[in-house]
Amino acid sequence: MRILVGLMAGMIFGIGLIVSGMTNPSKVIGFLDLFGNWDYSLAFVMGGAVIVNLIFFKLILKKKPVLDSSHSLPLKTDIDKSLIFGSTLFGVGWGLAGICPGPGIVNLVTLDYKAIIFVISLVIGMLIHKGVQRL
Amino acid sequence: MENIISPLIGGMLIGVASSFILFVLGRITGISGILAGSFLSFSKTAEAWKYSFIIGLILSGITMKVISPDSFNYEFIGSIPVTIVAGLLVGFGTRLGSGCTSGHGVCGLPRGSARSIVATLVFMGVGIITVFIKGML
Repeated sequence: MRILVGLMAGMIFGIGLIVSGMTNPSKVIGFLDLFGNWDYSLAFVMGGAVIVNLIFFKLILKKKPVLDSSHSLPLKTDIDKSLIFGSTLFGVGWGLAGICPGPGIVNLVTLDYKAIIFVISLVIGMLIHKGVQRL
Repeated sequence: MENIISPLIGGMLIGVASSFILFVLGRITGISGILAGSFLSFSKTAEAWKYSFIIGLILSGITMKVISPDSFNYEFIGSIPVTIVAGLLVGFGTRLGSGCTSGHGVCGLPRGSARSIVATLVFMGVGIITVFIKGML
């Protein structure tokens, strides 16, 4: 059952990314080009998602999840160096390629060599973090 | 006007998918965390829904490629070295910063999480600065 829920959510999420334009790197770069030829349309992706979740999360969090005894939400509350530094590195990478993790995975289906190189590098970046953490 | 309809509908689908995960599984939909916690976890105890979520993302791409091939009518930007550096930074950075556009943005902002609000402001701000500097070069 959980597997099916994950699969369905992944498909809906992915279709959302494609329909919205988030998988198109030039469109993302256009959105980040605030001081140039700014394309504001992608602001409505985050806007639409946040509004839906603002409404639903409140209701959902009042009851326990359907298939679990409690919600597992992130516990950390401190704004530490890792959060800032990690988000900074992510921002540089996002600005360079115009791809964040979700669209990166979806774009594998284009079989474009750059899309594939991006995801391989992303995976290596994640594994490097995992390695560094163990030191 | 019409150029905001698709982003809005797509964004709402993203919201529905992440609300669905929270409703049924009680989890936050953060794609960098889901990827690291499934295919990259090398752990037999990793949660199965994380694997199926990633497979669902791929299936959504295959489905759209079949029913609407024009959806992927775009190019990838940057040279190969730039693409590699960008991928490494996105991979390492999202793990170090505990999340990406989905976990911190789509899910963290509606929860009013201070960490997510800061993270989103930082990666969007830095993304904007990066594109600005790139334009100057």
